[in-house]
Amino acid sequence: MIALLLRDLKLAFRAGGGFGLGLAFFLIVTVLVPFSVGPQSSLLSTIAPGVLWLGALLACLLSLDRLLALDWEDGSLDLLATAPLPLEAVVSIKALAHWLTTGLPLVLAAPFLGVLLNLPVPGFFWLVISLLIGTPAMSVIGTFGAALTVGLKRGGLLLSLLVLPLYVPTLIFGAEVARRGATGMETQTPLLMLAGITAATIALLPFASAAVLRINLR
Amino acid sequence: MSIAAKTNTLWEYANPRKFLATSERVLPFFWMSSLLCLVVGLTWGFFFTPDDYKQGSTVKIIYLHVPAALMAINCWLMMLATSLVWLVRRHHVSALAARAAAPVGIVMTLIALATGAIWGQPMWGTWWAWDPRLTAFLILFLFYLGYVALWEAIEDSDTAADLTSVLCLVGSVFALLSRYAVNFWNQGLHQGASVMRAAAVTGADTEEKVSNIYFYPLLLCIIGFVLLFITLVLYRTGTEIRARRIKALLARERLNG
Repeated sequence: MIALLLRDLKLAFRAGGGFGLGLAFFLIVTVLVPFSVGPQSSLLSTIAPGVLWLGALLACLLSLDRLLALDWEDGSLDLLATAPLPLEAVVSIKALAHWLTTGLPLVLAAPFLGVLLNLPVPGFFWLVISLLIGTPAMSVIGTFGAALTVGLKRGGLLLSLLVLPLYVPTLIFGAEVARRGATGMETQTPLLMLAGITAATIALLPFASAAVLRINLR
Repeated sequence: MSIAAKTNTLWEYANPRKFLATSERVLPFFWMSSLLCLVVGLTWGFFFTPDDYKQGSTVKIIYLHVPAALMAINCWLMMLATSLVWLVRRHHVSALAARAAAPVGIVMTLIALATGAIWGQPMWGTWWAWDPRLTAFLILFLFYLGYVALWEAIEDSDTAADLTSVLCLVGSVFALLSRYAVNFWNQGLHQGASVMRAAAVTGADTEEKVSNIYFYPLLLCIIGFVLLFITLVLYRTGTEIRARRIKALLARERLNG
């Protein structure tokens, strides 16, 4: 399992792409927002938590179609499926690698982009916390979507159509935590809900992803 | 339909031929009765019930709005059930029925959303509000779109049936989750907005509040929509079965040269 994780991480680092691309996308989205809504700092600070969450979500989505497609193309996915490691574990590791290369950098970058959007000071802490808890769920759900569409030639667009509705609860609770944190309201309830969603998706969704992958590899 | 009690009679329809024969026999009755219910219910509702003292004649949108919304949700439930049957017992008719129902569900969702907007404009002064119930329906619509798109995208029909079934199961959980998440989200935004109270009028929880003058035609319309849904699904499933057969025949022909 660790070997597989290291392999995926190495591939991600050496191929460049995925790692930097998601961050760059996140940056661009954040930079474009003031152009579209105007530069008033009060407006920006109101929408900052939501924009940052949406940006992180889209950046996460962007990297999903590479998650399994590359392994599918060169056939290593078939090898992984026949390996002694259960497919559920493979899928979980894939999701973990995706989170480490996409989710975690987004979490770390979010405060700096928060400065650009004039995020209120108490918001920084809650933004990072909510993203830290929420992004694993996005990776796991995204892995399910990637497993669904892995065999398709033009799966990218379909992948977004399938995955985005599944992101709704995570986005709602995550952005709610960040928004409440920014305005100084209590954040416990949405935070617990967000953590619950993340824990449940990590625990249950790999089984669905593995089942779907088995069907696709048949 | 008590599955446990009459296992033998229900599972017989997993045989496409048996399914086609029976559905062809009952379809005319379903067509006639759904048409009858809808014509009588809608005519009664539109022309023979008084205007509401506050809402005026717009109250009559209820006869389309409520049944369509009801069927939109029940259609997803039906797809969930048939998907489960496909995953567990591998009956092709079941998978095809789920496939056949999805576009009907999309149309029902659209009718509910559109009539809701038309109703909302004069009543709330807005076509659309991010009320939990409305938002949840929009999300349901997105789920339907994804489901149909996945069916269309995959060539191999068994793989498509498998994948869409799993998507339907996972989607159901997330749709339910979204329904409650959305509830939370809007209350967090502005508590007890007047739209929320107004929205309660459109929902199922008002059935006892709607007075009897409106209730009986509404009930007839609901029955009509249920029958129409069954008719359309049976009809479309038959079409799907036949399309599958044609495909098989063509493949056999190519094989024989």
